[in-house]
Amino acid sequence: MSGATTTLSAGMLDQADVYLAGFEAVEKRWAGAPGWLRELRRGAMARFTELGFPTGKLEEWKFTSVAPIARTRFHPAQPDSRPVRLPAAVPAGAPHVVFLNGRYSQAQSNLGGLPPGVRVGSLAEFLKNGRAEEHLARYAAWREEAFVALNTALAEDGAFIEISRGTVLREPIYMVFCSTPSGEPAMLHPRNLILAGEASQAAIVEVYAGDAGGNYFTNAVTELLAGETAVIEHYKLQQESQEAFHVATLQVRQQRSSNFAAHSVSLGGALVRNNVNAVLDGDGAQCTLNGLYLVGGRQHVDTHTVLDHAKPHCGSREYYKGILDGRSSAVFNGGIVVRKDAQKTDAIQSNKNLLLSEDAVINTKPQLQIWADDVRCTHGATIGQLDSEALFYLRSRGIGHDRARHLLTFAFANDVLGRMKLEELRAHLERQMFARLSKGCRP
Amino acid sequence: MLEITNLHAKVEDNEILRGIDLKVNAGEVHAIMGPNGSGKSTLAGVLAGRPIYEVTAGGVTYDGKDLLGLSPEDRAREGLFLAFQYPVEIPGVSNMYFLRSALNTGRRHRGLDELDAMDFLRMVRGKMKLLGMDESLMNRSVNEGFSGGEKKRNEIFQMAVLEPRLAILDETDSGLDIDALKVVAEGVNALRAPQRAIVVVTHYQRLLNYIVPDFVHVLYNGRIVKSGDRQLALELEQKGYGWLGIPNGTLSPAAVAGAESVLAR
Repeated sequence: MSGATTTLSAGMLDQADVYLAGFEAVEKRWAGAPGWLRELRRGAMARFTELGFPTGKLEEWKFTSVAPIARTRFHPAQPDSRPVRLPAAVPAGAPHVVFLNGRYSQAQSNLGGLPPGVRVGSLAEFLKNGRAEEHLARYAAWREEAFVALNTALAEDGAFIEISRGTVLREPIYMVFCSTPSGEPAMLHPRNLILAGEASQAAIVEVYAGDAGGNYFTNAVTELLAGETAVIEHYKLQQESQEAFHVATLQVRQQRSSNFAAHSVSLGGALVRNNVNAVLDGDGAQCTLNGLYLVGGRQHVDTHTVLDHAKPHCGSREYYKGILDGRSSAVFNGGIVVRKDAQKTDAIQSNKNLLLSEDAVINTKPQLQIWADDVRCTHGATIGQLDSEALFYLRSRGIGHDRARHLLTFAFANDVLGRMKLEELRAHLERQMFARLSKGCRP
Repeated sequence: MLEITNLHAKVEDNEILRGIDLKVNAGEVHAIMGPNGSGKSTLAGVLAGRPIYEVTAGGVTYDGKDLLGLSPEDRAREGLFLAFQYPVEIPGVSNMYFLRSALNTGRRHRGLDELDAMDFLRMVRGKMKLLGMDESLMNRSVNEGFSGGEKKRNEIFQMAVLEPRLAILDETDSGLDIDALKVVAEGVNALRAPQRAIVVVTHYQRLLNYIVPDFVHVLYNGRIVKSGDRQLALELEQKGYGWLGIPNGTLSPAAVAGAESVLAR
């Protein structure tokens, strides 16, 4: 460990100490943990110190500077047992598992009414009882990604969901992460593990929310395994505080003939990086990645996705849209990898951006690596303003200029929301989006 | 109701309208005909407030108000309606929501109560039937995936719901087969009323067999070069535009219509 710190520049040493101190505290708290877990954490911490925070020299971070994160002294988030109001997106009656400042809150969670065959709870509890070794950190690339390494080293809790073979869940499960402000910048490293057994079916919603004004850093990792023929929908709603940093990785491994869909809606945060990676690791797997980012003011949201077609006859559909206002900026980088054996791959990717302001900036790029020869991969990206003909058409019917702009912007966004199957969440997001866009795009 | 005086308008640096004078009274139906490029659609666009046109001289009063000083939405709220030559597709906005918003904006403007979704549906049902429109169209996005005929019908349907006092139909007949044309004409005729005026812009006289105009004007090179009654339209159909001093080489209305229907495909 001492050798690793020499790779950091002198100016960052101070900040790096914070992470090292945090790590030592974690080690102490988990002194009785199984050897493999302590080993894993130690390896991840060493890897993070080697890698350091990414810089703009790395292709994957060309347009997103994490300097504001690197130069802030974050302290581990303090426990907060005061009851919080759950985000409005979470229906009162739905099963939900709640984490306050990174810690499982039994009092705020509601896990009644779950059918047999599903286990939902705190990952910390699950780790203490052993047997996560074959899954934890087996999918997310902590050896390559600094933020995943940092999470792997420092994560102490998060949601654990296990759905047994053949279990069909009629109701979605909500995973809720709430941050309450504290005096100094806080960091949280939620770690989630979702194991969906063969032929299981479920919808899972991750919600990240923080009180206005909260200055904190969420560094989340979710690993999800979709077993053979499992049908899994994953939703993520990011509505962190406007001052917050949010870096998150959703890492999905799909087995044969599984069907996975992820819908990501990114609304909050000052600096946001969303990584969504799926490995289609069994014949005939189907994957859908949809998303919407809505930014205003000086927000920056970066979405990096990788669809890794590792086996033949898999299909992927990716549909992302962005709306940018003010001096905001966004990045979309859509990776598709087709491995040599992945013949008959059918991949379609689309990213469309609507710029409401002349000062907003979008960088969008498809990134295709195709090693098989019998595949279909198409991609398209657009950047545009509101359609002036459509605007005039609405106005010519008496609809006022601002309202016409609002309607067209909402319609652009709603196209993504309309693809969500989860009716209740979709309706909520439609209302929220409609209200937000009526004020312009400002958060 | 509408009085256009010496109207000049350009788009970018091209002067298109070069001094239009026209007076339309309530209860009248006027047809504006003319060869391609004569300025017919520009005139319709200027009246509705299409932003790309710049009025360089002249003026328009509507019910005594300065029409050109009003925004497009205020013109609509004051009862002006333009049926578009090329209705715009608006993905993600349902026909129902769009039309109800438009209707309620106008109703608010006139000091009437807004209609809720149920009342609205009740009100529009009969009008949909009149235009042979399937109710499922209401839940689809505005004009999205509509056939050419469905789009034109939708324009007239909107007109029937909004009940304007001055309706301008820009090439509403182009691209319609004869059955659709009759349906559209019936929809228009149902709106003929003493308090309402209709201006029909068209290349060819076929539509005027079904919507019989009180006055016909020939527009050429940005000016009205001839006005008359319905007889004028019939003469144009037979003789083309040559006898009006419009140079040879200008397409006859029938030829233009033919070319247009090819383009529309």
